[in-house]
Amino acid sequence: MALTNNRVDVPVIVDESKCLDKCKACIEVCPLDVLVKNPDTGKAYMKYDECWFCLPCEKECPTGAITVQIPFLLR
Amino acid sequence: MEIINIEVDFLVVGGGTAGCMAAVKAKQKSPDSSVLVLEKANIRRSGAIAMGMDGVNTAVIPGNSTPEQYVREITIANDGILDQSAVHKTGLLGFDVIQELEEWGVKFQKDNEGKYDLKQVHRVGKYVLPMPEGKDLKKILSRQVKRNKIKVINRVMATSVLTQNGRAIGITGLDVRSGDMYVIKSKAILLCTGACGRLGLPASGYLYGTYENPTNAGDGYSMAYQAGAKLSNIECFQINPLIKDYNGPACAYVASPFGAYTANATGNRFISCDYWSGQMMLEVWRELNSGKGPVHLKMYHLDESTISEIESILFDNERPSRERFHAGRGENYRRDGVEMNISEIGLCSGHSASGVQVDEFMRTSIPGLYAAGDMANVPHNYMIGAFVSGRVAAEHAMDYIKDIDHGDVDSDFINTERERLLAPLNNPNGIPHTQVEYKLRRFVNDYLQPPKSPKNMKIGLEKFIDYKNVLDELGARDPHELMRCMEIHFIRDCAEMAAKASLYRTESRWGLYHYRLDFPNRNDDEWMCNTIIKKSLENNEMTIFKEDLKPYLFDVNLNKEKYDVSVA
Repeated sequence: MALTNNRVDVPVIVDESKCLDKCKACIEVCPLDVLVKNPDTGKAYMKYDECWFCLPCEKECPTGAITVQIPFLLR
Repeated sequence: MEIINIEVDFLVVGGGTAGCMAAVKAKQKSPDSSVLVLEKANIRRSGAIAMGMDGVNTAVIPGNSTPEQYVREITIANDGILDQSAVHKTGLLGFDVIQELEEWGVKFQKDNEGKYDLKQVHRVGKYVLPMPEGKDLKKILSRQVKRNKIKVINRVMATSVLTQNGRAIGITGLDVRSGDMYVIKSKAILLCTGACGRLGLPASGYLYGTYENPTNAGDGYSMAYQAGAKLSNIECFQINPLIKDYNGPACAYVASPFGAYTANATGNRFISCDYWSGQMMLEVWRELNSGKGPVHLKMYHLDESTISEIESILFDNERPSRERFHAGRGENYRRDGVEMNISEIGLCSGHSASGVQVDEFMRTSIPGLYAAGDMANVPHNYMIGAFVSGRVAAEHAMDYIKDIDHGDVDSDFINTERERLLAPLNNPNGIPHTQVEYKLRRFVNDYLQPPKSPKNMKIGLEKFIDYKNVLDELGARDPHELMRCMEIHFIRDCAEMAAKASLYRTESRWGLYHYRLDFPNRNDDEWMCNTIIKKSLENNEMTIFKEDLKPYLFDVNLNKEKYDVSVA
């Protein structure tokens, strides 16, 4: 079966200049488990577009690196 | 895929509201027993109250109401279909739970005299107790789990219940990060995995833009069914009046005690009571179909300080991203009504009344298997009911396991389950879970969204059964995608049950939740009973049959006392 990658506008935005390499706070609290670290940069990013816009990631980030937008389809 | 074997005395599947309370109560009752909480996410922020809650809806507080009054009100609101003894538990023990939560640091609203500041949202009686600072409720619960030294395994999703000679003896699970398989033996198992919140497709088209926490995909409904447990009244859907597109509560429970109300496009009331019920939803549906829509939560007639107070609660609790949703659209409660819509369907006994059949001790029909919270059929049980049912189940289970040994796991079953879990991973170029889930849930909307039509439901049922073949085409590229694939199995089971049960009950009941166009009236002569779905263990077919209600504890004359919230 042929697969393609569709571009999507993701709800969780990470400010890489503030994201701490050794911190996993957002990754650990996400109910949907959609955040991971980029192994090359050590920064968190939204790997899976499966967001409940519930905000624990944003609230628990110690440096305020995360902004959650309402997903585009609902915005 | 490694197989990890664990043995415990009591296993709690799902670390949400019911699960955290159950684990604490089990450990308190039997400190030497091993108690394990298995959680698909992380218990610090999981389940329906991941971001806290702004109040409790079923608080029976001495001096304000009695358990009997509460049971009567729910009996009428649920059109008579309930086991009163289970609902009675929520009334009897809810106050205990509230006091205990206070000891743990949860704050409930009190008046100037220090008494609980209860509000009336129900048709009759005051049962709503605000918790304006309830945002950290889940953190407080998980702290109690930790304090009681209860073992927690996060990021493992249960996939099936293990049985031996009709008794529950454990579960299988999937580590959603490593892809390892868990085989956990336990003397008793409590399923408290929440609602089936991903059944219908939200009108936005976003798979996870659901009212319920979308982690709750009907896992427990499906696992209990596959193990041979009875489920009851699955045709009684959950349908909520929600903020259009955002799909969260507007939220009249918070705002109506301040003077807000649900209004039609002309700004007038059309329902007399904002408590969620199928009857209320039918009034919303009628209003929308009468040309008087859209409906909205009206606050713009209130003064500035009142609106600010409402905002401080709504923008901090339960679904705090409401604030940025409104801001993004330039909406302000001072000027604009909150446009509401009828949600897609789900299954949730916390709000309506469909779930795994339980008795007053939260026992399912399978020995050793308990159910609590949103997935256990105790009508209109809400958060207090989740706490109470978790506690009741745990305390009963700790007695049950005293004379029980661990069962023997059937290695053939484990191998079959392992193959089932491996299939999508072995097919990485198969159809992605997003597309498979989208189509399944669109069919749910197309064929099951009330009002219900017989031919539609029949087509739906056939499609859901055929969809088993589509599930064989699923492809996953990592354990995370595999989790989503296996959740679609849960959703499909729930969809089939929802169609089967809706076709079976040839009457209308619970307002919009089960409104059949071909049988528009309630028929108490034939249908004042439970409908039970159960898997035949002979041929694995889904069976459905009637079962008598348990005798009432309190007589209620349902011909006289009709739940009517229309405004004449």
